[in-house]
Amino acid sequence: MRRSWWKILCVILLLYTFIGGFLMDVPRLPALSETIRNLYFHVCMWFCMMILFTVSVVYAIRYLRSNKLTDDIYSRQFAAVGIVFGVLGYATGTIWMSYTWADPNNSSFQSFGAVAREPKLIGAAIALLIYFAYMVLRDSISDIDKRARITAVYNVFAYALLFPTIWIIPRILPSLHPGGENGNPALDTNDIDNRMRLVFYPAILGWTLLGVWITSLKIRLSLLKEKRLLQ
Amino acid sequence: MRKVKYLSTFIISLLSTLINYAQTDKAEMADTMRSNGRIYVVVAVVVLILSGLLLYLVRLDKKITRIEKNKS
Repeated sequence: MRRSWWKILCVILLLYTFIGGFLMDVPRLPALSETIRNLYFHVCMWFCMMILFTVSVVYAIRYLRSNKLTDDIYSRQFAAVGIVFGVLGYATGTIWMSYTWADPNNSSFQSFGAVAREPKLIGAAIALLIYFAYMVLRDSISDIDKRARITAVYNVFAYALLFPTIWIIPRILPSLHPGGENGNPALDTNDIDNRMRLVFYPAILGWTLLGVWITSLKIRLSLLKEKRLLQ
Repeated sequence: MRKVKYLSTFIISLLSTLINYAQTDKAEMADTMRSNGRIYVVVAVVVLILSGLLLYLVRLDKKITRIEKNKS
């Protein structure tokens, strides 16, 4: 294993997240009740996705400046793992939503029509679809240099669209998601309980390190493949 | 006089619904699960799955390192 101190930190933080996340005290809130613990898992997926996409766009810009193919590989792999975390965040969100937002007198299937209009859901879906298109675009261009250049530009475009789709529009429209029209969910100091912050911040770091770890493995594999092609 | 009576009953009923609401407002938490210790079973299962996945990741990491060393 290479440079392993942050990997050990990742393991410790994730174990702490799972143990502390289930056993430590949380505020007693109606409708949410114990599902509030999803904050340590569902929200961290989005944090991890956002950080990975940010790293990806940084490498895309680096590629445009340097024209080195390794930067392109880095950019692609960070985006790919970011998509995985985004899909996980979306899927966990739908489960959580169908138990907390749905009308208790109506089954979640019947109140689906109301819940599906949620701007945060639609925005996140659009953002993920734009990144799916990034992957499709990559695979549709066979020339390596052309592919790297075009997808680097597209990556900047996709990253720019993340902000209106998941940060701005859901906050302008009325939304059931926390932090709808009044600020920042989870990070607002008035919004989150101090006891939860003890687990929440380490959880963000742990999940992000896990994402970076997986990405680093993918990058090393594709660099090996690249070397084999050159020889 | 009758108006006042109606108004007062209305206000009292409104207040009582408010009080009722406050009473049903208590969140249902999994307190029994905590008191009989079954929550530790859940934690054990989840931690085992997590450590299994992390071990798998460590093994992958080592394998890739070995391939990198053979190459260069």
